[in-house]
Amino acid sequence: MRVTPTKLETFRDDFTYTNSEFAIQRFPFPFPEDQYNYTVNIEPHALPGEPDSVYEHLFDVDEHYLSEMHERGLVLAESPKRCLAMPHMDLACWDLIERAMNALSADYPDWFKLSKEGDQWHWQNTLLDIDDTFTFGDSSTLPMPPMEYIGRQVQGDLALMDQRDGDLFMDAGIVTCPADWSLAFDAGMSFSEWHGPVPMAHELGIFERALKYLTAMQVNRPVRRLNWTLTVNARMDTSPEEYPHWGNDRASVTPDNVGEKVYLRVELQVIDRMPRSNALSINIRTYMASMNDLCANPDWARRLHRVMKDLPAPLIEYKGLTRYHPMLVEWLSQFDREQ
Amino acid sequence: MTANTPSHHLMVRVSDMKLVAPTIKEFTLVAVDGALSPFSPGSHVVVTMSGTDANGKAKKWKNAYSLLSDPSNTEAYKIAVRLQEVSRGGSEFMHSQVQIGDVLEITPPANLFAPLWRAKKHLLIAGGVGITPFMSYLPEMQRQGANFELHYCYRGKQTGAYADQLQQQLGDACVRYDADAGNRCDLTALLKQQPRGTHIYICGPELLIEGVRQNAAQIGYPASLIHFEEFAAPQPGEPFSVTLKRSGQTIDIGAEESLLEALEAADLEIPNMCRGGVCGQCQTKVLEGDVEHRDNYLGAAEKADCIMPCVSRAKSKTLVLDL
Repeated sequence: MRVTPTKLETFRDDFTYTNSEFAIQRFPFPFPEDQYNYTVNIEPHALPGEPDSVYEHLFDVDEHYLSEMHERGLVLAESPKRCLAMPHMDLACWDLIERAMNALSADYPDWFKLSKEGDQWHWQNTLLDIDDTFTFGDSSTLPMPPMEYIGRQVQGDLALMDQRDGDLFMDAGIVTCPADWSLAFDAGMSFSEWHGPVPMAHELGIFERALKYLTAMQVNRPVRRLNWTLTVNARMDTSPEEYPHWGNDRASVTPDNVGEKVYLRVELQVIDRMPRSNALSINIRTYMASMNDLCANPDWARRLHRVMKDLPAPLIEYKGLTRYHPMLVEWLSQFDREQ
Repeated sequence: MTANTPSHHLMVRVSDMKLVAPTIKEFTLVAVDGALSPFSPGSHVVVTMSGTDANGKAKKWKNAYSLLSDPSNTEAYKIAVRLQEVSRGGSEFMHSQVQIGDVLEITPPANLFAPLWRAKKHLLIAGGVGITPFMSYLPEMQRQGANFELHYCYRGKQTGAYADQLQQQLGDACVRYDADAGNRCDLTALLKQQPRGTHIYICGPELLIEGVRQNAAQIGYPASLIHFEEFAAPQPGEPFSVTLKRSGQTIDIGAEESLLEALEAADLEIPNMCRGGVCGQCQTKVLEGDVEHRDNYLGAAEKADCIMPCVSRAKSKTLVLDL
């Protein structure tokens, strides 16, 4: 079961990040078949989901909460531009505050409390020792801009997409644990523009269909999808801005340390319609588990081998796995003797 | 990705009803249980009306209506319905059948006509009952201190809902043109005096929308700054029939009903939002037959093998659909 998050671990330098037995059990393993199929795989995020699973609530608060919020603070101190909100997104930011505070206080009443007296809101986050009163909708009554305020209290990256002329535009967000994408770079771009670098999917017409689906999303009907990549070391901030600090990590993988160095990095992406602004929010929640931890489960180990072995070349390149992919497949083959 | 998330519905009770112009009735809707969600300015809901047609047969109408209440008000939604001279039944049902206390089914608010908050100035042009989406723009624009102007064209003997109230609230930011009193809006002059980067929003009859667009094109006003909402209610036509490829089922479409309504009556779930040929959700593949396209969505290439069943009909006697 969920326990109050107390540990403070690192996602850089000495990398003290670890997963409990409970965290590994509930890890959102993203491969339903031996073959990796390239699909949009969007499904309703029906709430509440299965108890104790990562799908139970709108926002999953887990044992890494304090650590991830601390890491976010470190990134923002180094590069404040990881959080931005164009002026026309103010109402959408408040939509997100309302949605998050309502959900967190209802789902985790021991940790978050919200009381409202008209527009006067009183918010308590006991995990981070936050106790604020403010006027809903009035950004001047918050201690910092609304996007940063809520972003510092929710795990996972957040982005708000403005919907105009049947398209979506990345106009606000807080992105400190990206799988190699940059908010500053994508800011203001349309849906097909910011997906420009993704291989294969454009030809399959995936983005056209996804956009049509997303622009028609209704209020109170969030949807989710899983995305995945691999990361060397448990590094949350694999942003293009920081590439000089992590690009070289790939060269550190050896046949002897694959199990501890290579992490499966899964994004639980939850997309939700913002009622007041008609924007869409996306929460990109990152879960990481080492190959050693995952391969303790024989089913996962066997499947990982089969998926990695047959991964199409363009995806190996796009996900940045080229350098150590053969080594990983070789290491995983020990768990798949019946192939 | 599979089909769209199944749409859900809200049950609301009519808590008040009043005439706000000679042909326009306003309805106040409150949640039967639970609360209503705030919504974004320009949102609409689709109201399902269950009644009987002229032959006494059970019939369902589904019409989209803009929400006209303050979008932050979660106590009640308001809509206004103009009695159409040639009603397919929906507006007449709302005007003559619905009583205070009745329960109606509506979709949650959806938005195809949201203001662009990046605009330096917003010029709102309403015609008749087309004032309704702007009624939800105005409170939010005032809250945000946005720069806006409302130009409201109507015929005082039929429409002109809320005109006095708006004049009072907005003062100079509201200009009224009652055609029945001989006042008309000089669109060319109005467009010419707009500061650079003004976004224009039009809601009203096709004639008004076309008038603004043509004037704008003549003076070189960028089309990207012009937004309009026209719920082209499906117009009647000749009866026809469709065959569904996958099930082999054949469905007859009467003169007065739309293809979408006929498909829904046959228990098919077709994604839809605007029911007026704009949003693109109900796009359906045509395998055989000629289509009479009446939508504003499909591009020339798509028209070769697609139909928007919410408004479009068959030119041939039958169509075969990929359903």
